[in-house]
Amino acid sequence: MSNFVAIKDVELVYGRKKTRFQALKNLDLEIKRGEFAAVVGRSGCGKSSLMKLVSGLLPPTEGTVEVDGNLLDGPLKIVGMAFQNPTLLPWRTLLSNVMLPFEIVDEHRYKIRTQRSSYKEQAGALLRSVGLEGFENKYPWQLSGGMQQRASLCRALVHQPDLLMLDEPFGALDAFTREELWDVLQNLWINRKFTTILVTHDLREAVYLADRVFVMSERPGRILATHDVPIERPRRSEITFGSTFLDIVHTLRDRIKAVPATTALTIA
Amino acid sequence: MSAPIVKSVRKRRFSLERDAPWVTPALPWVVCAAVVAIWELCCYAFAVPEFVLPRPSRIAAVLIASAGPIWFHTQHTLITTMIGFALSVAVGLVVGTAVGSSKLVYGGFYPLLVGFNSVPKVALVPVLVVWFGIGTIPAVLTAFLMSFFPIVVNVATGLATVEPELHDVLRSLGAKKRDLIFKVGLPRSLPYFFGSLKVAVTLAFVGSIISESIASSEGIGTLMVRAASDFRIPLVFAGLVVTAAMGIAMYAAFAVVERHTTGWATRRVDVE
Repeated sequence: MSNFVAIKDVELVYGRKKTRFQALKNLDLEIKRGEFAAVVGRSGCGKSSLMKLVSGLLPPTEGTVEVDGNLLDGPLKIVGMAFQNPTLLPWRTLLSNVMLPFEIVDEHRYKIRTQRSSYKEQAGALLRSVGLEGFENKYPWQLSGGMQQRASLCRALVHQPDLLMLDEPFGALDAFTREELWDVLQNLWINRKFTTILVTHDLREAVYLADRVFVMSERPGRILATHDVPIERPRRSEITFGSTFLDIVHTLRDRIKAVPATTALTIA
Repeated sequence: MSAPIVKSVRKRRFSLERDAPWVTPALPWVVCAAVVAIWELCCYAFAVPEFVLPRPSRIAAVLIASAGPIWFHTQHTLITTMIGFALSVAVGLVVGTAVGSSKLVYGGFYPLLVGFNSVPKVALVPVLVVWFGIGTIPAVLTAFLMSFFPIVVNVATGLATVEPELHDVLRSLGAKKRDLIFKVGLPRSLPYFFGSLKVAVTLAFVGSIISESIASSEGIGTLMVRAASDFRIPLVFAGLVVTAAMGIAMYAAFAVVERHTTGWATRRVDVE
């Protein structure tokens, strides 16, 4: 399989002179097409910068970022993104929130005027598949955090992006809801096989969902280690008690513990 | 020794909304009536001369007796104010959108706008009169100048405070600047916008009346200045009452519009 995302020797620097700080340095990362990759690391290690880099929202200071064989030059046009905060639009119903990408992505924005009902059907089907049947016409603020996050995932996926970027999407949820959503996400991924980059500091989450887990160093961030997760899919919650799963989690934990945390204090 | 057995008889706390829902809507009327009553009583008790502070009953009598001329001037002021206000809504929306969505425009024009807003509009009326002559146009323009700034500020605030993540989501879908403005920025600033209309419309009244009282032959402002120079103080007060009533009516009208257009913004508070 070819590399879908290839980051080569990237450096990312914010600000200049006094406010200058190096977020990423000597970063190399390769992700295959259709792969589910997770990036873990201590907070403030530049995981979110990595996301912005891959989606083209930020240009690297040095080095290159290639996606699908093309050198990035400006934001990618059809990336799906979801964050810790669901960022749904409170004046739109769930269905209409999920339809938002159709109104923006070039391929759909002109077709949607004439084929609204077929697009509505697609968005509705996706909402049903994550268990939000019957809530299509509710407003986000009428729903729980977990339901909002489901809808946020739908919005990130509805236009069938080649690349899905998740920045701690389940970070603000309670443990039960979080693990429920792991399965929701896993099922979506198994059905569609979109290339995914999940940024998280939850090691169990990373191991449960990903094919490969990348460990990032303290700032300036680079990839310290890569770990394959050779667990069959679909994975079920029982595996989180199995030895393979726990071994990987422990290895990753040791790897991150080995990173000195002192540099974190100098950021402030 | 055993403790006395106390039956729990904790009473439900009295709640205005649940136990007496009619109190809240009646409150403004009650307060208003009380103020008028105290005013009337004080005028009696201290024998305040009419040309200093007329009694409310006198003002009411004058309101009825001179209803014709008062109405003539009132509707003139109303129309003038509304034209000026409509102008400021249009200009305020456009300028607010520009200021709120572009750092360049914000940096370049905002200080100028603030400075402009600090200029007392009374001082501008003579200039407007030189340019446009006495009458309606200076009044319309003063109403506009008084009221457009809060609209600009509020629309700009709504646009400028969109969550950065939301921008990232949209930009990574290939959104153009106008998508960000029309799909997210403007809808988001609507509650701010309608909130500012309530304030702006009362300011528009102030503007048009200032201008009328300096340089016009029609309008409530003119009426009040003329009445004052004739020492018909009850008539001046009648003008003030009518002005206040118009202000309240407009404020209330826009409060209703606000509630109906941006329910999502207020209902959100109940949920969180």
